[in-house]
Amino acid sequence: MITAAQQLESYLGSFSRLEKQAAWSGLSWWRKLREDAFARFTEVGFPTPHDEDWRFTNVSAIAQTPFQLAGKESGRVSPEDLERWRVPGAACQLVFVNGRFSSELSRTGKLPAGVTASSLAEQFTKDPKVLELHLGRYLDIRRDAFSALNTAFTADGAYVHIPKGVVAGDPIYLLFVSTGNNEPLMTHPRNLIVAEEESQASVVEDYVSLNAGAAFCNTVTELVAGDSSVISHYMIEREDPQAFNVSTLRIQQGRSANVASHSVLLGGGLVRNNVHPVLAGEGAECLINGLFIGNGRQHLDNYMLVEHASPHCDSRQFYNGILDGRARGVFHGRIVVHKDAQKTDAKQTNRNLLLSDDAQIDTKPQLEIYADDVKCTHGATIGQIEENALFYLRSRGIDEVSARKLLLLAFANECLDRMKQDSVRTYLEALMNRHLFQVANSVPVARTDRGEDQGRNWEELG
Amino acid sequence: MSLLEIKNLHVKVESHEILKGINLTVNSGELHSIMGPNGSGKSTLAQVLARRENYLVTAGEILYDGKDLLSLKPEEAAAEGIFMAFQYPVEIPGITNVYFLRSALNAVRKHRALEEMDAMDFLPMFREKMKLLEMDEKLMNRSVNEGFSGGEKKRNEILQMAVLEPKLAILDETDSGLDIDALKIVAKGVNALRSVERSMIVVTHYQRLLNYIVPDFVHVLVNGRIVRSGGPELALELEEKGYVDAERQALAV
Repeated sequence: MITAAQQLESYLGSFSRLEKQAAWSGLSWWRKLREDAFARFTEVGFPTPHDEDWRFTNVSAIAQTPFQLAGKESGRVSPEDLERWRVPGAACQLVFVNGRFSSELSRTGKLPAGVTASSLAEQFTKDPKVLELHLGRYLDIRRDAFSALNTAFTADGAYVHIPKGVVAGDPIYLLFVSTGNNEPLMTHPRNLIVAEEESQASVVEDYVSLNAGAAFCNTVTELVAGDSSVISHYMIEREDPQAFNVSTLRIQQGRSANVASHSVLLGGGLVRNNVHPVLAGEGAECLINGLFIGNGRQHLDNYMLVEHASPHCDSRQFYNGILDGRARGVFHGRIVVHKDAQKTDAKQTNRNLLLSDDAQIDTKPQLEIYADDVKCTHGATIGQIEENALFYLRSRGIDEVSARKLLLLAFANECLDRMKQDSVRTYLEALMNRHLFQVANSVPVARTDRGEDQGRNWEELG
Repeated sequence: MSLLEIKNLHVKVESHEILKGINLTVNSGELHSIMGPNGSGKSTLAQVLARRENYLVTAGEILYDGKDLLSLKPEEAAAEGIFMAFQYPVEIPGITNVYFLRSALNAVRKHRALEEMDAMDFLPMFREKMKLLEMDEKLMNRSVNEGFSGGEKKRNEILQMAVLEPKLAILDETDSGLDIDALKIVAKGVNALRSVERSMIVVTHYQRLLNYIVPDFVHVLVNGRIVRSGGPELALELEEKGYVDAERQALAV
């Protein structure tokens, strides 16, 4: 554990060291932004539970761990280590080891002509002009300390560019490997995805750990969806249970842009998943779909901020949570409808299954509506596996663990079915199948002493 | 040897005694109907046979195929050939009918040391059985019972029975809520499945179903006890006189 003064000193040291070696060191516009960001961070520090947006998530464990900024050669990874995370059907796979791009481990395959998928650091050296147009333009470093921290410590990440009208059918896959280390490392990957008008693409971000150990990954992705583009973004979190992961997906949508954000959180000890789309162009559509499955002492916090800034935009939020053991989940769904965003249609649903008495979910809808002709609905449910359904399956010969798994899968499938990229969905279905078998297996066998049929146990909250 | 022997069965739900000493023997190939007014314990008996765990057996025993049925879990009973058609079939969103039934059949086959059936073998058989129940093929890939009409749900129960081929089928008020056309289809399905190797217990409140599924034996269950037993003619008598006489007799016992 370290004090606040030690913490600041350590961050300041890392901040100055990065200045000397980073790819962007000659670029004044970026230097200015990161200096502002660092100043902001030193001013506000890490959030506390007194902060309304962090009421249910205490990040003092991150603040008190003396994380070191991961250097260029911070971990050794062999191609064999990555075999289990290769996703079939991907157009390319960019690998980042402790936040740094590794060209040896990456596979650049069959990208359509004109599409770029490369390292942000490389792009800083090669052609920083295109970055200047977008990077840091959408993320508000004043929103929270993690956004400021990421901007201050950006070293590398992915840069994806889809030119106008190009359809990239196969997913662009970004793998972020944390090596795990005796010394706790922090990484601040920064991704920029720019999809020009009428383009189409899928991008997957996958966060994994090679070894156990405390690590702090604070990632930011800015996704710029041009007019009439169709973009799906997938985020998979399956790091070690000791890992801290804060991710922020900031989506900027143009006119009639159609964006889907899918999150699947399985791993990590303390996870904060921020999804923040701004529907800036008329007629934009956004789907925010997520599944979080927690066990042990995992803490999985989902913070959605959907901003309707133009008329005739639709947003749909669907988050399903399955919590077991002493796991705790959070769903915070905030919808802001700006003054001129008439004919907004915003919907939010959060459904949760609690598998143990000690699992906990905090779900909080928050609507701020400044327009007068809008449709906004929200709802949340908390329930258990239905005894009725379990008995029905068992009475047909399916054993209890399998029956439980089937019911959990059915619940998870509500989210998976919304994923339209076939190869990613198929991959996640298989992943879910294995993961939920473990969950179903760990749940204690139904008590036989219970004298009554509890029947449907859904509690309508909103 | 008899397939099912229920001896002096007493069952409690919470602190209420629902079944107060049931005795019933069912031989292979026989169809028994259990009739009775609401609250007499008919459904409790069906659920205990299917091994639902919310019931407390305070006395008596059930021998099924010579084994102690009360020691089996629901899935074990199913694998041993017991099937109950639910009075209120459960909706399971997110699991398709075809996936559910193939999983169930393979679980049962595994228990019986038979090879698992792949989709190639399963589908033609499944389609054949759907025809028997005059079910729309579209229901195959829909979630289990979700959005099904009452009649479709009941037909789906009999479809499951046709696929799982049990030795002892218990139909719990399968006729309730059905119009006459749906009732005839269900009865046709049930009759097609009658065989010398399959026994059935048909639990019903009304005699109407027994016009289409003719039982070998009829038992009248009142207030947790079987008060009368007889042949098919007993059902007709009950239809005429109602359960009042039977209830009076029960009180006299």
